[in-house]
Amino acid sequence: MPKRTDIKKILLLGSGPIVIGQACEFDYSGTQACKALREEGYEIVLANSNPATIMTDPEFADHTYIEPLTPEYIAAIIEKERPCAVLPTLGGQTALNLAMNLYEDGTLKKYNVEMLGANYDVIKKAEDRHCFREAMLKIGMDIPRSAVAYNMEEAKKAAKEIGFPLIIRPSFTLGGTGGGFANDMEELERIAALGIESSLNNEILIEESIFGWKEYELEVMRDHKDNVVIVCSIENLDPMGVHTGDSITVAPSQTLTDREYQVMRNASLEIIREIGVETGGSNIQFAINPENGRMIVIEMNPRVSRSSALASKATGFPIAKFAAMLAVGYTLDEIQNDITKETPACFEPAIDYIVVKAPRFTFEKFPEAKDILGVQMKSVGETMAIGRTFKEALQKALRGLEIGHVGFDNKWNFRDLTDEKVRWRLEEPNASRIFYVKYALQKGWSIEKIAEISRIDIWFIFQMKQIFDLENEIVDTFRKEKNVPDNLLRKAKEYGFSDVQLAQIMETDELQVRNLRKSKNIIATFKLVDTCAAEFEAYTPYFYSTYEAEDEARIQIEKLTSQYKQPKKKIMILGGGPNRIGQGIEFDYCCVHASFALKDMGFEAIMVNSNPETVSTDYDISDRLYFEPLTFEDVMNIIDVEQPDGVIVQFGGQTPLNLASRLHEAGVPIIGTSVLSIELAENRQKFSELINKLELVQPANGSAVSIDEVAGIANQVGYPVLVRPSYVLGGRAMKIVYDEKKLLSFMDEVKEASQGHPILIDKFIEDAIEVDVDAISDGEETFVAGIMEHIENAGIHSGDSACTIPPPTISEDLIAKIKKDTCRIAKELKVIGLINIQFAVKGRRIFVLEVNPRASRTSPFVSKATGIPLAKIAAQIMAGKKLSEFSLSYEKIQNLKHVSVKESVLPFSRFSGVDIVLGPEMKSTGEVMGIGKTYGEAYAKSQICANSALPQKGQVFVSVKDEDKRAVVLIAKKLMDLGFKVVSTRGTAKVLRSSDVDVTEVARYDQGQQIKENLMTLLKNSEIDLIINTPSGESSQYDMRSIRAAAILHAIPCITTLQGAWAAVNGMEAIRQEKITVQSLQEYYKQGEGSSCAV
Amino acid sequence: MRKAILYLEDGTYFVGTSLSTQGTSAGEVVFNTAMSGYQEILTDPSYAGQIVTMTYPLIGNYGVNEEDVESNNVHVKGFVVKEFCRHHSNFRATQSLIDYLDEHNIIAIEGIDTRALTRQLRVKGAMRGLISTEEFDLDKLAAKMKDVPSMEGADWVKEVTTSKKYIWSNDDDDSKKKYKVAAIDCGIKFNILRILTKLGCEVHVFPAQASIDEIMSIKPDGVFVSNGPGDPSAVTYAVDTVRQCFGKLPVFGICLGHQIVGQALNGKTFKLKFGHHGANHPVQDLLDKRIGITSQNHGFCVDIESLNKDEVEMIDINLNDQTLEGLRHKKMPILSFQHHPEAAPGPHDAMYLFDYFIEMMESGRS
Repeated sequence: MPKRTDIKKILLLGSGPIVIGQACEFDYSGTQACKALREEGYEIVLANSNPATIMTDPEFADHTYIEPLTPEYIAAIIEKERPCAVLPTLGGQTALNLAMNLYEDGTLKKYNVEMLGANYDVIKKAEDRHCFREAMLKIGMDIPRSAVAYNMEEAKKAAKEIGFPLIIRPSFTLGGTGGGFANDMEELERIAALGIESSLNNEILIEESIFGWKEYELEVMRDHKDNVVIVCSIENLDPMGVHTGDSITVAPSQTLTDREYQVMRNASLEIIREIGVETGGSNIQFAINPENGRMIVIEMNPRVSRSSALASKATGFPIAKFAAMLAVGYTLDEIQNDITKETPACFEPAIDYIVVKAPRFTFEKFPEAKDILGVQMKSVGETMAIGRTFKEALQKALRGLEIGHVGFDNKWNFRDLTDEKVRWRLEEPNASRIFYVKYALQKGWSIEKIAEISRIDIWFIFQMKQIFDLENEIVDTFRKEKNVPDNLLRKAKEYGFSDVQLAQIMETDELQVRNLRKSKNIIATFKLVDTCAAEFEAYTPYFYSTYEAEDEARIQIEKLTSQYKQPKKKIMILGGGPNRIGQGIEFDYCCVHASFALKDMGFEAIMVNSNPETVSTDYDISDRLYFEPLTFEDVMNIIDVEQPDGVIVQFGGQTPLNLASRLHEAGVPIIGTSVLSIELAENRQKFSELINKLELVQPANGSAVSIDEVAGIANQVGYPVLVRPSYVLGGRAMKIVYDEKKLLSFMDEVKEASQGHPILIDKFIEDAIEVDVDAISDGEETFVAGIMEHIENAGIHSGDSACTIPPPTISEDLIAKIKKDTCRIAKELKVIGLINIQFAVKGRRIFVLEVNPRASRTSPFVSKATGIPLAKIAAQIMAGKKLSEFSLSYEKIQNLKHVSVKESVLPFSRFSGVDIVLGPEMKSTGEVMGIGKTYGEAYAKSQICANSALPQKGQVFVSVKDEDKRAVVLIAKKLMDLGFKVVSTRGTAKVLRSSDVDVTEVARYDQGQQIKENLMTLLKNSEIDLIINTPSGESSQYDMRSIRAAAILHAIPCITTLQGAWAAVNGMEAIRQEKITVQSLQEYYKQGEGSSCAV
Repeated sequence: MRKAILYLEDGTYFVGTSLSTQGTSAGEVVFNTAMSGYQEILTDPSYAGQIVTMTYPLIGNYGVNEEDVESNNVHVKGFVVKEFCRHHSNFRATQSLIDYLDEHNIIAIEGIDTRALTRQLRVKGAMRGLISTEEFDLDKLAAKMKDVPSMEGADWVKEVTTSKKYIWSNDDDDSKKKYKVAAIDCGIKFNILRILTKLGCEVHVFPAQASIDEIMSIKPDGVFVSNGPGDPSAVTYAVDTVRQCFGKLPVFGICLGHQIVGQALNGKTFKLKFGHHGANHPVQDLLDKRIGITSQNHGFCVDIESLNKDEVEMIDINLNDQTLEGLRHKKMPILSFQHHPEAAPGPHDAMYLFDYFIEMMESGRS
């Protein structure tokens, strides 16, 4: 049956901000769905609160709503747009939960909206632990012994019946928030309490622990005619007990015989049928007891997931795209396999390579949190690597993580590690366990012993042992012969050794190794990802490198070249690698736009990236895709084959920028802003000279390498100072310090992060307003597209700070000055492409804080707010166009009738024991956008988007540092006017009372003998609805930690600056005055009288 | 570890190493795209006369065991892989694959670009080839190639069929059997026997050369024509026997058995370019339009056009290349399938087809 014609307009729900457990894989799935459904002629209404996504670009849907993903706002969109159907299975758990809410509150019925993909009963059956268990028992599946509990009494009773160890999982959460293992009653109480709290319906599942069992996942697709296929099987290297998002995983499964695999496959078919997923993709997880093969069903996601994005990239089978097509009535045999073009999508991919996914953690950002892994997901990104052997894929994945490892290497000396430590780090799953396997091998431990301690299957340990043995063989040979014979060198490359690893062994540098092996014709070859193991001719250009005989990329390029009448010029775009805090989806957004723009101009766009979650690694975005680590070696291998006419490094964040100078030295044609200018902006001294030359002002500063010099400069410029390493993104190891003692205690961290580069010291300007500017320049002319005023003070990383377009408090003449300064800096740096400048405004003075001649994190936000596709224009300019060829005018931006607020989303609830305080080091994982007619409305929406909706009534706790005490009076009065009760601790209460604010004084903690109420109890009883707490410079921080931690636990919005407090008050006023209004981007731009320019 | 060479009849060659038996071996080189199930593939008699290359690069991961065999022998002429696993892991494993191959005197080559080889076979078609650990002179290899017989017209069935009749029994089953099946063994896979027995059949396995009288002597409820190696056109004796069964007994054929049924129905068979060998082929049941993912292993195919449309109907079709996957006679109880409903290795989606055979036998009684 072909597609349905009874539905015309479809609402697609996105997944909101990037959070741990829900990242840009849903931009990938949503973007695919938008493209596929529009191609089929459907009218698409899209709702997502995340401005950094590609799917929220106005050209991807007919009506794009950047609005809060709450039932109220979606209901308003439905009321306005009247879609026939909603597709909730492509926007992660957020979209699924949202659709469930809309069904339950009757909205879908009221407006006659059909749920596509999975209906209410299906989702309920799959997601509700109890229903799922019942369903599994009904079809005879083996499941762990377990019980459901809704309160502590029930939890304890269940624990006694089943027996420890136990695993606790809350229902209806994402990424396993609030779950964990319990070995005794005490642990159970702690974890169960958290679980009940974080579950949407206060439900937890307590079950028999299958810790250490082998873990598998199957990606399943079904159409409405009940045709079912398995797209991919995935085996986790980390056994049960580690969240699959935090596990190193391998595709396809490695250690299952066909018999066992078919049992699992049959089970998957039965499960998807029993749960009743009508159409689309699902993910089913299994555990297998390694002793006897007992197979247990763990869970099922009736939607596309992180794993399905991985499976799509691992096989070339676009699950999300097909899921969307199946949802509107196609069957699998009616859909063509894009890659082979002659076979249908109704088949199971056969792959002839090994895929390894490795998670990227950012525990270094949260030093108080332990890097221990469990059932709650902690990783913020991932990288995927493809190789012809597991060894090659593993080593590629490890260097692709960009965490300072160049493979399965020796970052530390194993002799410095005690046996106890190695044992313990192998036993308790943690972020660097894989490297402890290496240390254990170096200590001479047997593979059996390592497998027993770690419970990692011995198959994997043996493969790692082979890498280790080969390394030893090379070391020994080199020691004896001062040379590595060709066959050994080739074998090393086949085992995935990087040139850097070999250089370390051969006591030389990377370039020497590269030249040596090239001279011996040991060069990377490229193979195609084709879904069919070469059984059919493949047309889709998706490659990975390996060391084999035949190079299919060369064959394809030659064939293409012979077909062109005139050879096409090629431009290569380097992506951002795995997501991390400070470098995420925003940069992928820019890369994808660059690819689109270049293709439009007639270039061949070549994408290089290693992140399976992204849109950029979708094989139909660029003319050719290379799924490779972003290292010098791997990029140069591609350059050798492609010989591009230009390479773009300024869109992928810091990753490609870090490669820029070496690529430049190797003769690679980098287009856009020159490498020299990029370096100039990073070089403190040269940059200061430039600022002086332009007669601009920057905070007093200096740079140094040694501790003594750093301290000297700090004294010279005067405390407080901002200390940071150069060449890092996201403010890694960046801190404001108030005295020398603190400075010295911070030096170790900053030295490690700077890796020999100079450390930068700036005078910190207190209480200044920070302004972010994004502009495009063609080397002569510069167009300032976005001026964003931060809501938090300067000193909080711009990635963590909320900001507003247009700037609400900065005067016209200062804005004019900022624009002028931006243009002068851009011209002086000869910027070709994007530039981002951070200014601090204090009174009438403007300081230049930082200049980044590259795409910035705010580029997509500015594009969404103004309708100007910054990255697209910049890419075209880099490819040779001039600004004058685009009809850009600042007046058009000024004519926009709306206000846009960007707010960040923080991961603190994932890391227990970490203090929730913002500073110069970026901590947020994602961002949201609120758009409204007024500043207040936009701010209020942004807070709802960020899941910290401002209260409309109740009590506000106000406690501010001394400098803010006078200013907070007005805020408190406004709160009173809005009907809030104000609660304060002694100091603030005293000031407020003296200004006639009706305030209740409370103690911070339960102080026993005192009668008056205390804050902690109020927080626990949910009697506080908003916290305004500005921490004073350096002292008394510790005091407030538990308060902010409690705020997170109870999801109470917590504001830490006065500007934020003002924004909140405005926002609360706005919500009170206006009813919910929603408007699409397309409408906003229209109101701005066509301000969005066609490119 | 010794140097080894895989030499193809078009002169292409790949140099790798060999861990198992030394020597020289010849056969038709085919590729199989299944990602698991190497033990089943090695022991499948249908591969007699063939050198099999696995497109999945890591082979031997889970070792070998006592149960996952499809016959009592390894039938491939040679085995080609990217990398053999030196340390397997599986709770059922009893032996490493390398030792197993050695024990069965199978020459295997590893360390070659199996994807390049596969592409070569896809473009040029299945070719004859030689694996050698002793001869590396290309001219001498080319000379040797002249003696290697072509698959077309070759009767490999006689090499693998049982020498005398026997009754199959499943280890875990001694229940009373409802149906008596005469199975013509052209290289029958154990899993077919296991399934039929489980479904209540007492399966009498006959040599492929068995006469109609021998078969009728056991008074069977139905005749099963098995899978097997080589060209169906060379197995004229089985075609004749099967033709004589038509109208007397329900007939059910799989793979080579299907081709034999096709020829017995006066259809023609032809050789596919590089065959279907894998576990991911979509097959549509034209009766209810459902699609199953099937296990396949055949180099020859029944020509749809050659069948008499008034008598025979096509009931299964391969969605990749639209070739015939299943047929049935409109008047007589004759049913056959090109793909492998018994799987082993591969998906079990088509296993329900055995029920049709049972139904035919059941209605044949009444």
